[in-house]
Amino acid sequence: MKETLLSPPHPLEKRVLTRRFEYPRTEPVWIDEYLATGGYEAIRKALAMEPEAIVEEVKKSALRGRGGAGFPTGMKWSFVDRKSPKPKYVVVNADEGEPGTCKDRILMGYDPHRLIEGVLIGARAIGACRGWVYIRGEYREYIEIMDRAIEEAYARGFLGASVCGSGWEFHLSTHTGAGSYECGEETALLESLEGKRGNPRLKPPFPATSGAFQCPTILNNVETYCAVPDIILNGGEWYASLGTPRNGGTRLVCLSGHIERPGVYEVPLGMNLLTIINEIGGGVWKGRKLKAVIPGGSSSPVLKADECDIPADYDSLAKAGSMLGSGATVVLDETTDMTKVLARLMKFYAHESCGWCIPCREGTTWLKKITARLEEGIGSERDLATIDQISQNMLGRTFCPLGDAAAMPAMAIVRKFRDEILDRIRQAEMFAPAPGTQPLAVL
Amino acid sequence: MANMVNLTIDGKPVTAPAGTLLIDAARQAGIDIPAFCYYEGFSVQAACRMCLVEIEKMPKLQPACAMPVAEGMVVHTDTPKVAEARKSTLEFLLTNHPLDCPVCDKGGECELQDMTFRYGLGESRFVEIKHHADEKQWSPLVFYDPARCILCYRCIRVCDEGLGVAALGLSYRGVAAEIIPNKGDHLECDECGWCIDVCPVGALTSGTYRYKSRPWEMNYVSAVCTHCSNGCKTTLSVRNGEIIRANNRDRSGLNGEFLCVKGRFAFDFVHSSERLQSPLIRKNGKLEPASWSEALKAAAGRMRESIERNGRIAVIGSTRTTNEENYYLQKFARQGLRTSHIDHHRSGDLITLLDALGGRADALAATGDLYTCDAALVLGADLAQQQPMLAVQLRANWRHHQMAMYVISEGPAREDQYAARSLRAAAGSETERLEELRDELKARKNLVVLYGASVKGDAVRRLVQFGDSLGIPVKYVCLVDYANSRGAMDMGLLPHLGPGYRPVEIPGMHLDAMMEAADLDLIWVVGANPLKGGRRFAAQNAFVIVQELFLTETAAQADIVLPAMSLYEKNGTVTNVCGEVQRTKAGPKVMGTKSDLEIMGLLAAQLGLELGVPLPDKVFEEIRRAVPGYGVPLAVIATGGAAQTKAAAGAPGLEAQPELVRSAGDTLFTSGTLGKYSRKLNEVMEAPGRLFQLQVP
Repeated sequence: MKETLLSPPHPLEKRVLTRRFEYPRTEPVWIDEYLATGGYEAIRKALAMEPEAIVEEVKKSALRGRGGAGFPTGMKWSFVDRKSPKPKYVVVNADEGEPGTCKDRILMGYDPHRLIEGVLIGARAIGACRGWVYIRGEYREYIEIMDRAIEEAYARGFLGASVCGSGWEFHLSTHTGAGSYECGEETALLESLEGKRGNPRLKPPFPATSGAFQCPTILNNVETYCAVPDIILNGGEWYASLGTPRNGGTRLVCLSGHIERPGVYEVPLGMNLLTIINEIGGGVWKGRKLKAVIPGGSSSPVLKADECDIPADYDSLAKAGSMLGSGATVVLDETTDMTKVLARLMKFYAHESCGWCIPCREGTTWLKKITARLEEGIGSERDLATIDQISQNMLGRTFCPLGDAAAMPAMAIVRKFRDEILDRIRQAEMFAPAPGTQPLAVL
Repeated sequence: MANMVNLTIDGKPVTAPAGTLLIDAARQAGIDIPAFCYYEGFSVQAACRMCLVEIEKMPKLQPACAMPVAEGMVVHTDTPKVAEARKSTLEFLLTNHPLDCPVCDKGGECELQDMTFRYGLGESRFVEIKHHADEKQWSPLVFYDPARCILCYRCIRVCDEGLGVAALGLSYRGVAAEIIPNKGDHLECDECGWCIDVCPVGALTSGTYRYKSRPWEMNYVSAVCTHCSNGCKTTLSVRNGEIIRANNRDRSGLNGEFLCVKGRFAFDFVHSSERLQSPLIRKNGKLEPASWSEALKAAAGRMRESIERNGRIAVIGSTRTTNEENYYLQKFARQGLRTSHIDHHRSGDLITLLDALGGRADALAATGDLYTCDAALVLGADLAQQQPMLAVQLRANWRHHQMAMYVISEGPAREDQYAARSLRAAAGSETERLEELRDELKARKNLVVLYGASVKGDAVRRLVQFGDSLGIPVKYVCLVDYANSRGAMDMGLLPHLGPGYRPVEIPGMHLDAMMEAADLDLIWVVGANPLKGGRRFAAQNAFVIVQELFLTETAAQADIVLPAMSLYEKNGTVTNVCGEVQRTKAGPKVMGTKSDLEIMGLLAAQLGLELGVPLPDKVFEEIRRAVPGYGVPLAVIATGGAAQTKAAAGAPGLEAQPELVRSAGDTLFTSGTLGKYSRKLNEVMEAPGRLFQLQVP
């Protein structure tokens, strides 16, 4: 990396995962530096633990999936039947497809060995022999960094026939994605990993029972694995205490949009959302006022400025009608055209829909077409009702959560910014079509 | 009995075996849950979301096609929430579906139309521009319209899972997702057309039926396919006296919705312009058209002459005439013409099998056994080529029940794809490799053995000995070529065996001997072409009477040609390769032709013979009474079912004459005389690319 991706540290941050990231470094922490700063100690400790004890520690930590779903990680790992005669696998979800999210690239780009160590501990917990890091194809640079780190780990005996001389064999390699947001969904990712079309699978069976190549698999986000070494070294209770009850530890928040200091920061779970934006992020840029915040990636329902004074953890965001998601916080100022935001989001989901099931395939496309028309200014009040109903017809009815991911933001924007959108349309209606031409739509 | 599960659906208590899908349990209880992508017997997709139902204690609606029944489950399929979900799914589907109904072939039998009427909204509120992609032609028989496609993936599954051909796939994503053929822009496949019939909408349409008719304008005739020996039911759609299409969408018969390219498309020979529609009499060396009365009088007269001067009369019967016609013909020959020289083109050594089995009629497999057996052994045959329906049954057995398949054949066979073991052996030497499979076969619960024409004579005896030594129940299928090859043998079109394989007192000449005999006085050929490829009867002076559909090589050498009807134009029964007898019904009538039974009846009347009333039902009554093994329940036959006959071995020491057994070696795209005159069958062969590829892994 020619330039640093890091931001100057802020005193309110709690740097656990990012403790090796001194600003403004541009080079990853290669193995010598990693070892010199306490690296690969956690896996040595884990090798001396019972696998059940590892899972217990992760459960105590209240670590929840950092990819977006927020499922308790320890519980997920406990679903794997260690006694199954089938080989077990560990898969890292480094697809980082959720718009606004840019934390996994920083974790892999600067501390790749931390990810490897976290994977090793997870593998030890379930008795796995093989793992893959599924990285989105657009992250060419980070794939190469991971490859080099993996090579280093093999050379020093942290991967291969006998991890740390323990006699336990574990292999790891990267796998390149090919441009699909849907392949960030765990079962679609597994399909892609197996060389098939990136369509999601029926659940149940869940990956813990039948995952990669129909074998028991744990599949977690990069950040989730990266949290594990410190959990093992310092204990699950310590990690849990950094956050709020049932929402343990720290998380990487990706601040972007109309903000003074965009960047990736590490904060404890439960820190107030406005504090994150105003203190750490330096507040809305150019002295403007806050209009809205997308708190956890484009799939999370937008929060109006007056809804943002809440703790940022999984449970509180859910209570507020949104979600913590992947931690991608997009800040929108008073000049933002919400109709345009809506149209841009719907265009994304229509493009990314895999096409497997009817409600998502047709619903996202319909939403795209309506919102594109609204952006042109051609529309009526009925369209807002239609958008709402389309979204409700998609919610909970699709094969995988992409349908929900499209429907929820659409509903949030048309409900919370209804008047603004109506104004937009009415303004444009003053421009009548030229004589002799047909209007695009019958209204 | 398997674990039974009790649940409640719409207030009704339902009991089903554990593992049953909710949608199947509901259907069995008489509750219809709509679905596009769910197709019984194929993998679950849960993609269309039409089958969403409410299940108590589950917050979201669940797809019934992916939900196994559970004890105490309470299901509601008729709540407002479910109705709303169905309406919205159909609304979504119709947003991009083109308003093609007026010009779409599927109108009137379209599942989307039916579902929209039943479950859909009354109005459309979609005012955007629909996504469009142009229609494509993938082969002479298959057209694909991506705009109409609802992406239910049935076509992909029947081709991949059902047949093992896998010629269809899915490409692109989102609304642009499309089914694509295996060669990018065209199909190279079996051209069976199953994909067309399984498509719920008009996305896949038939190249032969396009724009010709509406489903309510046709009469539907339940016929048995006239090509290979599998006995598939094919429902002929007839309009204005012409067969326009054939399919089996009502899933009657042994074949469900499956039909191969012949059953589905090769019916057009019926209306070929080369059909004989007038009797021909040779005058001054040339065949001239004549009236029926003139031709019948001449034929009967010549027969009378032959009988009176004790001339040698040879009768060559057909593999594609009905049982009634075969029975009547051998009666005519033996009682009327007083000749024992009667034979037909034999394509499977059933006689040695019957002799080796020594009367064990239960050792003959029915078609259903192919779906339920634990193991199958195929010798000397590539089933997908020559016995496609049997291939599909066996493959379904493997898919659903993990049946173990074993193949011993000369070349690769499509069954190799999923066979537990696949051995190569030169034609005729297949049984020499049987020992290699002994251990594996012994360990199975039962076995069905299918053998082709290269396994005959002593090889069949060795095979039965091997089967007997395994210590498990073994059933056999002797593979034969044509629609009524089995019926021809059962009805006694053999020189030494009468109906039911009862030996005749004085056996006559077999087919090869007839060809060589120089002193024949009269040769009567019914629906056969022994002079194919330019052969000649040794008896240059014999008088030849031929009943046939076309001017074949044999008919061209005849003295009198009588235009006959194909199986699709008459009533009667035929017996398939597994000995199952089914009734076929008359579809269209081609002017100027008469059925073989009618012709024989008229000749018999002219000769003053008392052979019984020449009507199919009457003759069948006699067959049921008189032919051993054919005492089948009339109710089954009359209602369109298949009843297995019990071909019994005759007296000990049945003479087999295995050297007479020769397969015609047809492929999926050839079918003897009939195939030659089917334009569609030949078009498909002549289309670009290698249309049939052996799918060898």
